[in-house]
Amino acid sequence: MADEKLPVEKFPIEKKVGAYICKGCGLGERLEGAQLTMIAERDAKAHIVREHDFLCSEEGVKMIQDDIDNEGVNCVAICACSRRAKTEAFRFEGVAMSRGNLREGVIWVRPDTDEARETTEEMAADYVRMAVWETKFMSPPVGNEEAACQRDILVVGGGVSGLTAALETARAGYPVTLVEKTGQLGGKAGQAWKAVPDRAPYKDPVDTGVAELITACEADDNITIHLNATLTKTAGAPGRFEADISVESGTTVTARFGAIVQASGYEDFDANKLSGLGYGKTPDVVTQQELEALARAAGGGPIKRPSDGKEVKSVAFIQCAGQRSNKEGLLSYCSGHCCATSIKQAMYFKDQNPDIDTNVLYRDLRTPGAGGEDFYRSGQEKGVTFTKACVDGVEVAGDGLKVKFEDLILDQDSEENVDLVVLAVGQVPNSGVNIDAVPLEAEEGSEEGIEAKPAEVHVPLESILNLDYRQGPDLPQLVDGFTDSHFICFPYETRRTGIYATGPVRRPMDIISAREDATGAALKAIQAVENAAVGRAAHPRSGDLSFPQFRKEGCTQCKRCTVECPFGAINEEDGYPQFNESRCRRCGTCMGACPVRVISFENYSVDTVGQQLKNIDIPDEFDEKPRILVLACENDAYPALDMAGMNNIEYSAFARIIPVRCLGSVNLIWITDALNSGYDGIILMGCQKGENYQCHFVRGSEMAYQRMSKVDDTLQSLSLEPERVATYEVAITDIERAPQLINEMAETIERIGMSPFKF
Amino acid sequence: MSDMGSVAIEKYRNNNYRNNFLHEVEAHVEGGEWVKMCMQCGVCAGSCPLGPHWAHPPQEIFMMIRAGKREEVLTSDSMWMCTSCYNCIVRCPRGLPITHIMHGLAHYAHRLGLAPEKQPTREFAKLFWDNITKNGRANELKMGLSLYFKDGFGSGVKEAMKNKALGQAMMKTKRMNPMEFFGGHGVKDKSGLHAMLAKAREIEDAKFEQGK
Ligand code: SF4
Ligand code: SF4
Ligand code: SF4
Repeated sequence: MADEKLPVEKFPIEKKVGAYICKGCGLGERLEGAQLTMIAERDAKAHIVREHDFLCSEEGVKMIQDDIDNEGVNCVAICACSRRAKTEAFRFEGVAMSRGNLREGVIWVRPDTDEARETTEEMAADYVRMAVWETKFMSPPVGNEEAACQRDILVVGGGVSGLTAALETARAGYPVTLVEKTGQLGGKAGQAWKAVPDRAPYKDPVDTGVAELITACEADDNITIHLNATLTKTAGAPGRFEADISVESGTTVTARFGAIVQASGYEDFDANKLSGLGYGKTPDVVTQQELEALARAAGGGPIKRPSDGKEVKSVAFIQCAGQRSNKEGLLSYCSGHCCATSIKQAMYFKDQNPDIDTNVLYRDLRTPGAGGEDFYRSGQEKGVTFTKACVDGVEVAGDGLKVKFEDLILDQDSEENVDLVVLAVGQVPNSGVNIDAVPLEAEEGSEEGIEAKPAEVHVPLESILNLDYRQGPDLPQLVDGFTDSHFICFPYETRRTGIYATGPVRRPMDIISAREDATGAALKAIQAVENAAVGRAAHPRSGDLSFPQFRKEGCTQCKRCTVECPFGAINEEDGYPQFNESRCRRCGTCMGACPVRVISFENYSVDTVGQQLKNIDIPDEFDEKPRILVLACENDAYPALDMAGMNNIEYSAFARIIPVRCLGSVNLIWITDALNSGYDGIILMGCQKGENYQCHFVRGSEMAYQRMSKVDDTLQSLSLEPERVATYEVAITDIERAPQLINEMAETIERIGMSPFKF
Repeated sequence: MSDMGSVAIEKYRNNNYRNNFLHEVEAHVEGGEWVKMCMQCGVCAGSCPLGPHWAHPPQEIFMMIRAGKREEVLTSDSMWMCTSCYNCIVRCPRGLPITHIMHGLAHYAHRLGLAPEKQPTREFAKLFWDNITKNGRANELKMGLSLYFKDGFGSGVKEAMKNKALGQAMMKTKRMNPMEFFGGHGVKDKSGLHAMLAKAREIEDAKFEQGK
């Protein structure tokens, strides 16, 4: 496949470094420009060094561009503000570029006093050295020239989410193939009698709109529909997925796709587990979905109860049936739609005959969405009774049912006799195989083995995508079977690039949300196709053209990279990793994982960081000037430190901060090298890990923590104190805490003394 | 009027979580049509300065109505505790005219003869009504005395002595006239007033009979 190729040296071996030192924004007043120029020339050996009063001005930028055009400068080191600032101005084509953070990272975090001057100068000098050495080891990413672009989009599932995604994609001009497992389009919503209103005045149930959706999809020339069809194999990567579709006739159709939308929906929670609520004991206890069937059968006339066909005169709705519970076997979460659904269903009765008694027994009534509150109020206006209650059970009593409950407002045991009971059972996502529940074979073999999670599959499930990925056949899940995504920052991105989960498989939702959600997923799928065509990364490094390259000769086939990659980007071929660049999100976790360090990016590698930490000046032990290395995640921790600068929050002048793509990209060699070369303390700042992770690369921060647990051995073998290395979870809002962590390390060093490893 | 109560009872059979009593309240109580709109947030219960003294704060009263607890609601002394401070009305996110409903319920219970007999607010209201309708003007002296002596002569003297200073101050500032003891002032056409009130009652009763 295209991505197998080895790194090609397209960038000239002959590197010519231009270092540019800005004197604007107060830098000129606070720092000795001439001194920094000398350092860049003599220590860092830059070929051209220039100072400028206002580097990001048109003139300053032109000065740099002229050197690139006329002097052959191909590595640019800009010693000015943070790499997060002025990105529009400092954008040079075809050259490698690094940024020395003299503004946010030096003068803004240091006091302007005579005593502080010396250490501030030293700080600036180090950032100049770091910038020059970093750029020397970089080359500009060229992107994968063999990137593939298949524009077709595959939609898996023909419910509301799938149909909406198909229609939106097709209307944007991309051919769509829709695969539906059953013989009918429309899914669960298609079987509903009416829907919760999606527009003002939010008063009455409305048509579901599913029939129109189906007609529109069937009529669209851009959409091919396969009913009674499943995916038997999905291979490849964004831009070049290849899917085997087993179709109704029994044959298999193989087709290529650029991206996939997985709208596999949900199943109702198994109400048979709720026999305490009478389900299964009498046909007059039904689920919401079953009530929809009764309502359809009634067709607007009186709804009849299943047992004897008597017209229902009183009905109780039991909310949160088997949901929001910490009991074994029940759902822990809220399915979001069921309160509004019960209001809607109570209206089926009230609209037909206002004398029917409808009682909604709720624990907390939740009607999310724009019209939720209005719809609730409309239910009240129509005379639906809402009772805050904890239901104890449902019994068959005489001709009907007796619901026993505790009225939580009146604080007393109560009961009501009704003809019919409706249970609001939750949504269980249809997400296929839980790949994390099956231990991967490689894990036992690897010496540093990542802990295999205990198997927790309850029912053997069929795979939905049948992915031909080393990491398993379906999308990774987070909790309760819902597919994993960075819920706050990139909700649509799953951990398989180019495959977008949408609808209730992603989180519980109603028809209105599913339509919105599917529209978003359709746009993301289109974006994935376009990105793949030019080799660009998806979130969070969107647009990045660099991708990991590996030196096959050095690889020991340990498979760490294939296991640790949070996005399943690396397959295996003849025992070697096979990188699928368009699946890759450019986090560098593989690079951090590789024990023999054969994985690198053109502009980010073990060397680009290693050279920076090697070229920081380490004063000898008796100078009383310790050095603290801070490896800070570029997504949260580094911006937090920049903002500390903007707010003039001081931190120790002994800290040297190097941004990393993700804490997961931190290779242990950096830590070992730093300890060996006399750093007194090392701080790693990454995002929150675990179930409520904030890590932009999902598992990177977690991986780093696991790796860092090995550092204790290194420290022990060097007879160093364990306090010298600290790993923290830092959020972007930790503007005061991040500097404080640095200062605490400085205090620790003062207490335990300098590192004896200074040469 | 007690027969009216039984008529209503017959019409609205008490039934758990049926809408019967709710419909009765909607038909007969001022603001009753609002009861179903309460969303049980509890803001009124938390806002009422008399809250700690009520058996059932407004929120609970509304739920009891919806749960069909006719007897308990109408014989309750809770709604009689309302001082008309309007805190709850101002704060209710659903805009329920809670104060009016409280008075409406009290009035309805009174008409049905179900209101608690010795409830002080109710007794005061009755005294005040009799006092002001007699001459068409309030007789402060008689009002005060009848209130003090409502529980008998002995306690009346005690109560009167307790409030002696207040009474004297009112007299001094001409807020109360001791001569009022002998009849007191009134409107010109007393019999006209009484006829008017009788007609109003007749209309009210007719309305009540038909359900509002
Ligand atoms: S670990 Fe990150 S950089 Fe490496 S292949 Fe996976 S996604 Fe790409
Ligand atoms: S404040 Fe209004 S809505 Fe809330 S409990 Fe009281 S009456 Fe009901
Ligand atoms: S108006 Fe009545 S019920 Fe409302 S807060 Fe005041 S005293 Fe309480």
